[in-house]
Amino acid sequence: MNSQEERDQVHERITQWKLRPQKLKDEVITMAHGAGGKASQALTDAVFLDAYGGEELDRLDDGAVLDVPAGKRIVFTTDAFVVTPRTFAGGSIGDLAVNGTVNDLAVMGATPQWLTVSAVLEEGLPIAELRDIVADIAAAAATAGVSIVAGDTKVVEHGAADGCYLTTSGIGVLDSNLSLGAEHVRPGDAVIVSGSLGDHGMAVMLARGDLKLKADIASDTAPVHEAVRALLDAVPSTRWIRDPTRGGLASTCNELAVATGMGVSLFEESFPIKPPVAGACELLGIDPLYVANEGKFAAVVPAEHVDAALAALRSVPVSAEAVAVGEINDEHPGMVVAHTPFGGSRIVDMLVGAPLPRIC
Amino acid sequence: MKFVSEFRDPDAAKALIADIAEQAAKQPPRKFMEACGGHTHAIYRHGIETLLPESIEMVHGPGCPVCVIPMGRVDDAIAVAAQEGITMCCFGDVLRVPGGTSSLLEAKANGADLRVVYSPLDALAIAEQEPDRQVVFLAVGFETTAPSTAVTAIQARDRNVDNFSIFCNHVTIVPPMKAILDSPGMSLDGFLGPGHVSTVIGTGPYEFVARDYGLPLVTTGFEPVDILQGVSMLLRQLSEGRCEVENQYKRVVRDEGNKAALGLLNEVFELRPHFEWRGLGFIGQSALALNETFAKWDAEKRFSVPGLRVADPKACQCGEVLKGAIRPWECKVFGTACTPETPIGTCMVSSEGACAAYFNYGRFRAKTRIPVRPA
Repeated sequence: MNSQEERDQVHERITQWKLRPQKLKDEVITMAHGAGGKASQALTDAVFLDAYGGEELDRLDDGAVLDVPAGKRIVFTTDAFVVTPRTFAGGSIGDLAVNGTVNDLAVMGATPQWLTVSAVLEEGLPIAELRDIVADIAAAAATAGVSIVAGDTKVVEHGAADGCYLTTSGIGVLDSNLSLGAEHVRPGDAVIVSGSLGDHGMAVMLARGDLKLKADIASDTAPVHEAVRALLDAVPSTRWIRDPTRGGLASTCNELAVATGMGVSLFEESFPIKPPVAGACELLGIDPLYVANEGKFAAVVPAEHVDAALAALRSVPVSAEAVAVGEINDEHPGMVVAHTPFGGSRIVDMLVGAPLPRIC
Repeated sequence: MKFVSEFRDPDAAKALIADIAEQAAKQPPRKFMEACGGHTHAIYRHGIETLLPESIEMVHGPGCPVCVIPMGRVDDAIAVAAQEGITMCCFGDVLRVPGGTSSLLEAKANGADLRVVYSPLDALAIAEQEPDRQVVFLAVGFETTAPSTAVTAIQARDRNVDNFSIFCNHVTIVPPMKAILDSPGMSLDGFLGPGHVSTVIGTGPYEFVARDYGLPLVTTGFEPVDILQGVSMLLRQLSEGRCEVENQYKRVVRDEGNKAALGLLNEVFELRPHFEWRGLGFIGQSALALNETFAKWDAEKRFSVPGLRVADPKACQCGEVLKGAIRPWECKVFGTACTPETPIGTCMVSSEGACAAYFNYGRFRAKTRIPVRPA
């Protein structure tokens, strides 16, 4: 073998070596993982692509090219997630990041299709923990039937962020005829919720551990698009749908009252609140109406279709405990009023301040 | 939820509402003051005002500990919290109380290490976990919360926690009640007496209300049925020409109070000669300070505080509201300059404050229509 051939062989080995998949040997996130070099590539391959890679994402192009079915419109949304702690009974920041965006699409009446995931990581975050979060993202995306088609990772210095922040954007496909919105709401319509209230917010509160309370409370984080689909199929005249996340049902109803210029009456005794959640709220002096949900939605339907709406919702596991909780009226415009079981009433106002910070 | 659901029972409540209406019809209009902020909150939270006859007016008293903190004390707390190396722990309600120029929430945004705790013992635990920090617990509250502060001071002493101290703003309920009874134009017909305060001090300290002022007082719990029963008992005393101290809240309050808790208060605290109350001015012997034995854990002695008195804003009528002289919406700035987002007076800050409770829950008066209950 002459020296030229030897050199060629060496060059070939180097080329192959450079093309090999990067191995991730680090145990914690360092600034190198965000620098765009080999460490970044290794992190992308071994953590993100390994968990939820697919046809579009694996190309590692600067953007995803997506086919929208002819004659359909799309719904596009985005959401950031900074929950602390990052894991809690019933889920993690990874579940929230998928379900939060999926549900924003779902309550617009769209079928969620594609997500992007961006992560801001703090230097020092254990990669084992990141793998767990990413595994939760992959599992939640599979459950919700959405593909992750683009992503980004940035690393910031220790102390410049709290572990891991996620941002997901999502695109859903909308049936062109569908029109949901506050402008369709009429006095006499019924307000329904798809299940128990306050589970997520209280699960996060308890997971923080500073309350020294133990209770059988788990986050309700879950995708609701199938329940929304069931409702829209059963009651195409559904007026309005919204997911009561931060600020709880109280804030959602206030938004409804302001957007419609009508009043919302709620009946306290119909509120679906699990006993452990009611007990924990009672102890802490928190009104469960203001506590966040991550797997529920509120809907307004014509009064004559309440039974059909509830029957359809109850046929889907995620909304098996759907109930009617109130009605729309023109008696107290822009105001939400709760009626107590013995005939008293009170205003349910917008939340002031932040009693439950960083719950999603 | 036992011990809660029974006291929210619609049938029991309806029977009491009917009884109150029947009694009130045979009496002149009555003004009752509920002493506790917890009562005020419950009255609005459960829409009880909308259930009472128009001849019965509930006046919201001075029993919200957050509402009575004067601005100068808030400024002092901010001055301590802003010092290098200090971690201040407080209850969540206190964060938004306006001081002379800012609030603790703003101090936190500007970098002060402020942490919300649910018990003073949590603050002590933080001090033990972070020995490099000076941890200050901002103590606020009536006799209800003072024993837990006392226990914490004793544990700090017993465990030699040197980097922990208490900025004490504990107050006592009887002096402001006396101040209100002595104020000109006082027109109350009776009191719903404090519930949780009474679990500590018992019902004896209120005897002067009946004896010296000839008014009935009923120590009352915090659930809707409790409050309705308290009102019913006051009306019954008045119709029968009695004025006594009665105890509706017997399931929690013993007439002699809680001797162990009283012992703790005596061991740790002494009465201040005088203390400023928001809107009520200086009231003698109305507040607690750590006594000489516990001086080492007294934040006022450990850190320099400005200690400047800040006059209440001129437009603010918190004092008149606290005395029951005017109702929240009669204040000049209620709902305009002063709202829960931008409180001028402390009555608008805490959910137990008369103004915030009215703003959040009370503005709506039920129309004639009784809502149909869902199946």
